[in-house]
Amino acid sequence: MSEVLVVVEATREFGVKKVTCEMLTLARELGTPSAVVLGGAGAAEALSARLGEYGAEKIYAAEGEEIDGYLVAPKATVVADLVRRVQPAAVLLASSQEGKEIAARLAVKLDNGILTDVVALAADGTATQVAFAGSTVVKSRVTRGLPLVTVRPNSVTPTPAAVTPTVERLEVSLTDADKLARVVDRVAEQKGSRPELTEAGVVVSGGRGVGNADNFKLVEELADLLGGAVGASRAAVDSGFYPHQFQVGQTGKTVSPQLYVALGISGAIQHRAGMQTSKTIVAVNKDGEAPIFELADFGVVGDLFKIVPQAAEEIRKRK
Amino acid sequence: MNIVVLVKQVPDSGADRNLRTDDNTVDRGSANNVINEMDEYAIEEALKIKEAHGGEVTILTMGPDRATESIRKALSMGPDKAVHVVDDALHGSCAVATSKVLAAALGQLNADLVLCGSESTDGRVQVLPHMLAERLGIAALTGARKLTVDGSTLTVERQTEEGYEVVTASTPAVVSVWDTINEPRYPSFKGIMAAKKKPVQTLSLADLGVAAGEVGLDGATSTVLEHSKRPPRSAGVKVTDEGSGGTQLVEFLATEKFV
Repeated sequence: MSEVLVVVEATREFGVKKVTCEMLTLARELGTPSAVVLGGAGAAEALSARLGEYGAEKIYAAEGEEIDGYLVAPKATVVADLVRRVQPAAVLLASSQEGKEIAARLAVKLDNGILTDVVALAADGTATQVAFAGSTVVKSRVTRGLPLVTVRPNSVTPTPAAVTPTVERLEVSLTDADKLARVVDRVAEQKGSRPELTEAGVVVSGGRGVGNADNFKLVEELADLLGGAVGASRAAVDSGFYPHQFQVGQTGKTVSPQLYVALGISGAIQHRAGMQTSKTIVAVNKDGEAPIFELADFGVVGDLFKIVPQAAEEIRKRK
Repeated sequence: MNIVVLVKQVPDSGADRNLRTDDNTVDRGSANNVINEMDEYAIEEALKIKEAHGGEVTILTMGPDRATESIRKALSMGPDKAVHVVDDALHGSCAVATSKVLAAALGQLNADLVLCGSESTDGRVQVLPHMLAERLGIAALTGARKLTVDGSTLTVERQTEEGYEVVTASTPAVVSVWDTINEPRYPSFKGIMAAKKKPVQTLSLADLGVAAGEVGLDGATSTVLEHSKRPPRSAGVKVTDEGSGGTQLVEFLATEKFV
């Protein structure tokens, strides 16, 4: 079977991201998965156990300041060289900002079609995408070149299939054009131990109804009890209650968790665009006419400052 | 500084949006068409840079005839002029072909800085800035929540999952922005009147030296095989809190095995 390249997404703090395990699981259906690690020195060693656990037969590693010190372009150059050499059956990347950007450069370098936000990929290259805020399902395929797709987090159930990967170091030969955008600093912002928003199985979000930044502690508390991530509506972010990187909606993140809890969110189309493919939705809002209730599998009309603490207490009791 | 802002006309994301049944392209006929919201932040950023450093701001749009409405709307915010790439052969172009056309147009405009929104609200594909940078051999600073211009040096704060990166490059460069970067101005009455007289140059594929077969549905690098509407979600149980709403909520979560 031919190789399927999976470009690894990982974080400095937590290692291999769940979407990478999803891509490896998907790649096993299409051929023999090879993981491509692009990062700082030591990245491949730190990630290899996890990549092997999900079936990466081979790990290609390009590491160091040259890869890590510039934005996107060096990574695309390395992957393009690899694609030309090994002629894989498909290339999978995460549908994150950086995953899409690497894919964008690959498409131009290889004069190859590209499909983003893919939720399923058949062996014949037919991809399933969701469009227009989850309202439309599209079947599509690349018609020039190989299937170059970015995979949306929470699309595939990651299943382990342990192997011991072989590691191949890649020669990195960059041009000046790859080094035009230099990363001079990386600054970590509040995050704590919660799962990443787009990957979390449970997301608890707060909206304008939460009232102020301090009250978001209530949202965080419920998220922590459910082992979930915290999200926020645009109204809450615009009001300064919570940082922008946690915004769910048309102009923020798209999430598709098993459980989505909407607290004090009316459910404007802007917000629904980012969460309506969630499997189960529950909502608490004081306005019984709020459109969020049209989506909710379970809704409680009432004061979230009474309902949420009571729910938190009930969960603690049951634990 | 010579600044070009990419502006796309999209179906209003607040309305029902569809793909056409005949050729599977975005239905622009039935929906209300507006400026891609994220592009308004790019226009605002361009105007702020011009106000601080001088220069000229040009709107660049690729789209059908009716995109003229969005171009005038963009100009009413304050840019100096616009270039509209319009050609029947462009209908159904994929991202790869679109980047080829826009790169050809940018090649004629000598921009120091190309500004655009981080994504469009219709496709949400996010690939254009890096495709353009790749084709033009210039830097791409994408996902900016802050942009600083110091002579020919550009520095952005790029939002990431874990925080932000500080990324720097020299002009010429492509910079894409998120909606946290500024608050776009509303067009004034004077601005709206002035926009009617601002020059809008139209360019065809022939003007850009791009062959019709390289773009449109025939030249597309990917194709839509079929599409369907997902059934809308149906509302479930709604209870009014009479003192035990929180407990009822947890009972529901327990039956669904989340607790």
